[in-house]
Amino acid sequence: MKTLDVSWLPSYKYGHHSLMWWGLMGLIAIEGTALALAAAAYLYVWSQANVWPPNAPPELFWGTVNVALLLVSIVPNHLAKRAAEDGDDARLRLWLVVCLLMGLAMLAVRALEFTALNARWDTNAYGSALWFLLGLHTVHLATDVYDTAVLTVLMFTGPLEGRRHVDAAENAIFWYFVVYAWIPVYAITYWMPRLG
Amino acid sequence: MNPLLERTWRDTGFFSAINHKTIALRYIVTSFAFFVAAGILAALMRLQLAVPENDFIGPDLYNQLFTVHGTAMMFLFAVPVMEAMGVYLVPLMVGARSIAFPRMNAFSYWVFLFGGVMLFGVLALNIGPDTGWFSYPPLAGPEHSPGKRVDFYAQLITFTELAALLVAIEIIATAFKMRAPGMTLARMPLFVWAMVVTSFMILFAMPAVMFASTALIADRLVGTHFYNPAEGGDAVLWQHLFWFFGHPEVYLIFIPALGFMSSIIPTFARRPIFGYPAMVLALIATAFLGFGLWVHHMFAAHLPELGKSFFTAASMLIAIPTAIQIFCWIATLWTGRIVFRTPLLFVLAFFFILVAGGLTGIMVASVPLDLQLHDTYFVVAHLHYVLIGGAVFPLFGAWYYWFPKFTGRMMSERLGQWQFWIAFIGFEVAFFPMHTLGMDGMTRRIHTYPEAMGWGAANFISTVGALMIAASGVLFIVNVVRSYRRGAPAGDNPWGADTLEWATSSPPPSYNFDRIPVLGSEGVVVTGLAEKSREVLITTVVDAMPDHRLAFPNPTIWPFLSAVAVTVMFIGSIFTPWAVVWGSIPIVVGVTLWFWPRKDETREHLALEKRP
Amino acid sequence: MRVQNMFSVAGPQAERIAELWWITFAICLVVFAAVLVATGLALWKGRKGTGSGHGAHLAVASAVGVSTVLLLFLIVASVATDRALAQIDASDALKIEVVGNRWWWDIRYQDPDPSRRFTTANEIAIPVGRAVELTLRANDVIHSFWVPALHGKKDLIPGRTATLTLRADKPGTYRGQCAEFCGVQHAKMALFVYALPAQEYEAWAEQQRRPAPPPADGPQQLGHDLFVKGTCAMCHAIQGTPANGRRAPDLTHFASRKTIGAGTVPNDPQQLAVWISDPHAVKPGVNMPAHAFLKREELAALVAYLGSLK
Repeated sequence: MKTLDVSWLPSYKYGHHSLMWWGLMGLIAIEGTALALAAAAYLYVWSQANVWPPNAPPELFWGTVNVALLLVSIVPNHLAKRAAEDGDDARLRLWLVVCLLMGLAMLAVRALEFTALNARWDTNAYGSALWFLLGLHTVHLATDVYDTAVLTVLMFTGPLEGRRHVDAAENAIFWYFVVYAWIPVYAITYWMPRLG
Repeated sequence: MNPLLERTWRDTGFFSAINHKTIALRYIVTSFAFFVAAGILAALMRLQLAVPENDFIGPDLYNQLFTVHGTAMMFLFAVPVMEAMGVYLVPLMVGARSIAFPRMNAFSYWVFLFGGVMLFGVLALNIGPDTGWFSYPPLAGPEHSPGKRVDFYAQLITFTELAALLVAIEIIATAFKMRAPGMTLARMPLFVWAMVVTSFMILFAMPAVMFASTALIADRLVGTHFYNPAEGGDAVLWQHLFWFFGHPEVYLIFIPALGFMSSIIPTFARRPIFGYPAMVLALIATAFLGFGLWVHHMFAAHLPELGKSFFTAASMLIAIPTAIQIFCWIATLWTGRIVFRTPLLFVLAFFFILVAGGLTGIMVASVPLDLQLHDTYFVVAHLHYVLIGGAVFPLFGAWYYWFPKFTGRMMSERLGQWQFWIAFIGFEVAFFPMHTLGMDGMTRRIHTYPEAMGWGAANFISTVGALMIAASGVLFIVNVVRSYRRGAPAGDNPWGADTLEWATSSPPPSYNFDRIPVLGSEGVVVTGLAEKSREVLITTVVDAMPDHRLAFPNPTIWPFLSAVAVTVMFIGSIFTPWAVVWGSIPIVVGVTLWFWPRKDETREHLALEKRP
Repeated sequence: MRVQNMFSVAGPQAERIAELWWITFAICLVVFAAVLVATGLALWKGRKGTGSGHGAHLAVASAVGVSTVLLLFLIVASVATDRALAQIDASDALKIEVVGNRWWWDIRYQDPDPSRRFTTANEIAIPVGRAVELTLRANDVIHSFWVPALHGKKDLIPGRTATLTLRADKPGTYRGQCAEFCGVQHAKMALFVYALPAQEYEAWAEQQRRPAPPPADGPQQLGHDLFVKGTCAMCHAIQGTPANGRRAPDLTHFASRKTIGAGTVPNDPQQLAVWISDPHAVKPGVNMPAHAFLKREELAALVAYLGSLK
């Protein structure tokens, strides 16, 4: 019997080679669609309204602080991804800790954002759509921060194997999604009411 | 049989089981049970409607019956059973030892099961949802549906869409990354293509109903105003969100059945499918077009006329890819050497029933016609013709076809033919009269009707047909039970088919294949995968070139426990929004421990590790 | 004539729709037959193993081509019919506002002169040959207005106002019913359209504009007093009396209506007596409370008074 010997193949790979990447892309497709639909619902409520927004628009300060934090967090996130792909445990630990701290800061600022929206979820449909859109993104953010925390702890306690670097690299991709998804959400909820 | 591989890959407990075949069979049996339960509800409805002004079942119970019938059929039977057939067959058809993310697969089953139990549980307590499977606000909103009934419906959606989304991810990952070497995309079986296309549709369609139902629960529980026109919301928003999901939903059910057709017809025509590339493109075209039809459910609502015409055109044009499939199947049969067996018989019903249903679909795709036919029994006829003719009959064919593979035994041909004819005739008797009833003015979702309308005779006939369908169901169950115990041994490949699931034993061993074939090279097999630990070969997406080896997880109880935690949170949040907060804690704990690597497994992996 | 059948057409729109149906049905029947014949032939040839693949690609491509052409034709026919339905001349239309409630239809005849407006319930009389412009709104949940002899249906959606313009070209009684699930008595929300020749319609409308006749005898007077001073007036209105409730059907000319409860039971004294004392025995779940506390002569008085409101 002729054979194809695969024992020499690596036991993990990064990026789109990895199964985890495909799982993550599926998750991003789902959550991206959900965000897009939440934004569409927000815009739909707008299209039905006579006056927009019915309340004052959300206060700019904390939202803009968070945009800045999110964009800045791309740097440690990218460095963590590189460290993972290089298999460098020490660098990975460092940048994961930085990401984690930034993530916690972003969650704290997000909590402050919620207090400065100028609308409650139960005031009117605008408030409901606004809270839902922000809330959905917050769930993604919180999940991402938690995942980062778990990976960070794991990098310190072990047990470790090469595949954990793939997990860390994939987590970085999810972080990109959370950051980039925020930009249109921010634009729609904070700026469109001021310009439209 | 390879005892070492068997020991490595077998499941070790009931709650910790993760083998894709075990999970798939649980899914199939459970969704069949929901099918039977929902069918009993329909039989009760038909008994109530058999004569005018009947008082066998009052309006409140009737409304719960039709709501749970539709909800269970769509969310607990039709989509899950198709997914389950994919969960069983896709890894085998692509030559893999497992499905991707097997623990997530087990988790999805438990979530599905608990959701379904919740729905039927509340129906048994007479607090079942009662606003239809489509549950339009404001009727389903807090003002007109007080209590928890509609919340159970909305949360049932959350359970089932979570399960379906996870399975979709697994199927895509398996089909793209775990195919046997040499199985290029152009060699991938049409059933796998169908499941991949379906899974992509799920990723983009299910979030819409998730959003819609969550917003509905929020309106009801915490006072949001998504669907409240008095505060800037809109009842039509629900309709857009629901049908943006709802139309693709029927294709989630239909497309896998197209995959069954394309598996069974070539086998019994004893030749490969005619027009493979056109068949693949037709599947993809159907999926894309399927997202562009949803407004045809809303033609009577207050919407701009020009927009509606666009949806008429799209709804009619989607017939073209389906027509391509039908013509290619006919060509396959025409140029084959046909062997008539029960699976083929069920598949042939498609040409009679689905085609008729598709043609009535062309009718209701037209705005003017739909304005007369919408919300009448004509639509009830149409939807059952396409779903039963297009999905359920092929599904029964698929069960007769793959039962030998699942169990190692053949089903009875005689009982199969009896079941088929009683089901087919019963179906026509039950549903054909509904066309005329609709044109005669009988609206949907009414628990009774006046004698003077003259609808009694057709309704009575329809009820007789429904009971015939029930009888055919009983025959099927009898056939399954008897064949499972005493059916003729099947052997590896009783039908002489050419897809990979038939190249292993019936039922397959836990590890599916001892020797994974390399396609395109005669007689070459894969070696070098570990046998003492669960190692799987990952290949490239387009050409299936070997890419890397991957260690797969062992059985574990964490998926089950996490599903329990999710259930507690979902059901708790029907009663208080705070359940989302405190209910998340056990879930977080569960999935963290699920993920957390074990020292012994890590050591095993390190022994086999090779860096990229 | 079957009263709710889409082919028992009495107006131009229902007629156009029925025409489109027959064209579509004919095409679909031919296609269905062709597919069945092709399938049958395929099974026959395939069974014998004699089916030649010669020309199969051309055959499949042609079949797809023919199907596409037929579909395009049907799309055009559908859009053309849609346009035609909207062409109805509404310049002199009679304007009526229909408000959907659970489970009855509030019918308000409009007029630029307020003194010529009047309100009724569940039954609409219209003049033959003149366009009627219905403004459709809903008070509670989504309902749907559907009288198949005249036109397709249109939803009544809370928060939105829709319009449906139709015309009856033949005198007659046309039945419809609510066509959007609206709760526990959705099945019992019928409506009746009476198409009357122009003069008869004018006479009917004049009668509807008049306030209710005063009570003519003792029992009717007692009934009137019970109605006006009791709970009835909290929900119902009778023009010409102090009863001015807006939450339930207007009863000014109740005795001219053929049914009680939007088609649920005929409007005769026995049924009315049962309805008043316990509407839930007739139509469980309706908003109207029971009045079992009424004494026999009080109930009879109410029935007599309401029966006088022609």
